[in-house]
Amino acid sequence: MTLIELFQYAFFVRAIEAGIIVALLAPIIGIFLVLKRYSLIADTLSHVSLAGVALGFLLKINPLLTALAVTMVSALGIERLRAGRHIYGESALSLFLSGGLALATVLLSMGRGFNTELFSYLFGSLVTVTQTDVFMMAGLAAIIILVIAAFYKELVYISFSEESARVSGIPVDRINAILILLSAVTVALAIPVVGVLLISALIVIPVVTAMQLRLSFARTLLAAEVYSVASVLAGIVISASFDLSTGGTIVLVMLAAFLATTLLRGRAHDTGQKRP
Amino acid sequence: MHRVDHQDNIVEILNASFSYGGNEVLHNVNLNIHRGDYLALVGGNGSGKTTLLKIILGLLTPQEGNVSLFGQDIRSFRAWERIGYVPQKATSFDPLFPATVEEVVLMGRYGRRGLLRSVTDTDRAAAEHALEQVGMLAERHTLIGSLSGGQQQRVFIARALAGEPEIVFLDEPTVGVEQSVKDEFYALLKRMNEELDLTIVLVTHDLVTVAHEAMHVAVLDQTLQFHESAAQYLARARSHPHL
Repeated sequence: MTLIELFQYAFFVRAIEAGIIVALLAPIIGIFLVLKRYSLIADTLSHVSLAGVALGFLLKINPLLTALAVTMVSALGIERLRAGRHIYGESALSLFLSGGLALATVLLSMGRGFNTELFSYLFGSLVTVTQTDVFMMAGLAAIIILVIAAFYKELVYISFSEESARVSGIPVDRINAILILLSAVTVALAIPVVGVLLISALIVIPVVTAMQLRLSFARTLLAAEVYSVASVLAGIVISASFDLSTGGTIVLVMLAAFLATTLLRGRAHDTGQKRP
Repeated sequence: MHRVDHQDNIVEILNASFSYGGNEVLHNVNLNIHRGDYLALVGGNGSGKTTLLKIILGLLTPQEGNVSLFGQDIRSFRAWERIGYVPQKATSFDPLFPATVEEVVLMGRYGRRGLLRSVTDTDRAAAEHALEQVGMLAERHTLIGSLSGGQQQRVFIARALAGEPEIVFLDEPTVGVEQSVKDEFYALLKRMNEELDLTIVLVTHDLVTVAHEAMHVAVLDQTLQFHESAAQYLARARSHPHL
């Protein structure tokens, strides 16, 4: 099937729309999570979101909405546990990751949710995205981008040095909580694109790839956006053309971009060092 | 002519005590820091100097005693833009962090700008001016991680200066830096103190070098042992080398 033929299908156009929304959103959140060493939060929240999906199956309501609710509540719980400093940050994540997965399996067994529909949430299924889903994703993404833009300079400072930001009078704890809450929403929105199990790749890989280019903060974010959107679009087209899993293809394209960038960067660095 | 205003206390610490768990690190500390001073806060490992600094900066709260900044109780103090801070291990940040020198120095303006407001041309001009003062303007587009340790120190001072503070606190800024860079660094601080009338508080264990540079020395060992002029400190150090 050619690209032009693919665009004649409404589901494919919706898939592209949803893909672009999530591709734009993921690095905006990802750059702060990666630099704050919070990458594992995306992974934890994605596993927790599966419990939300299972709850949706059980209550027979849109699983994306229940995933959104459960992920946001868990995000606040994680942040509270971390801020309380009675438990190591990684241990808090581990509790929520395993707890989320355990709850998901129990809820799924209760609602006989171990079915083919579950696979579309585990590994993504853009073809099932409805026009209402696209509108909801666009609305929430716009809100997230506006909030990040409002706190952009504070987030950059906190990512660089939490202690110095605190001394400058920046409300570090509140801004961290906002970031984690927005991460939770992003995770929930990304479920249809790559699925629960691959969301953290979408949030982390484009940022890590852009960081190989050794650019300023603003340009790194821009480069991560380009990598993200290009990989998602390429992944959707390749998967549709060859009838492959969309989520898996997107992540493999992202990894290929990471490898290519790292190799090119290494070669450029070697050439630079050989110059007199 | 640069002078210390002994009537104008920027920092007032009254009977401050602090414990980590049951381990008392500071006991009944009293200390005033005057406008225009260049004070070296010295002491050995575990003397509580970094803890005292964190109390002054509001990062820790003492279990007993009071701290005021610019005449205001620290618990209600909000004018953090009047304070500059160069943290301990400032240069041991993530070297992969994607930020240029200019972006790092602009961070020093964020507290002054306030929430929900983006940086302006005034902020950029202040950042450039601060970089000029520390001789790093030519490197403003360089990535912070690509600079040498000494250059990074200068950038962090520029970040503190960019906020146009009245007092700058530096926590062990020369740890792991070679002697020639240290000399240059101390000369820069002295110039900031004399030419910009900036009050400087330097936390360090580098006693002798600092005593030659600072105007006053406060010696801490859980409680304040001495608070005297650098000349007095040096004279006492010569007669009691163990001090």
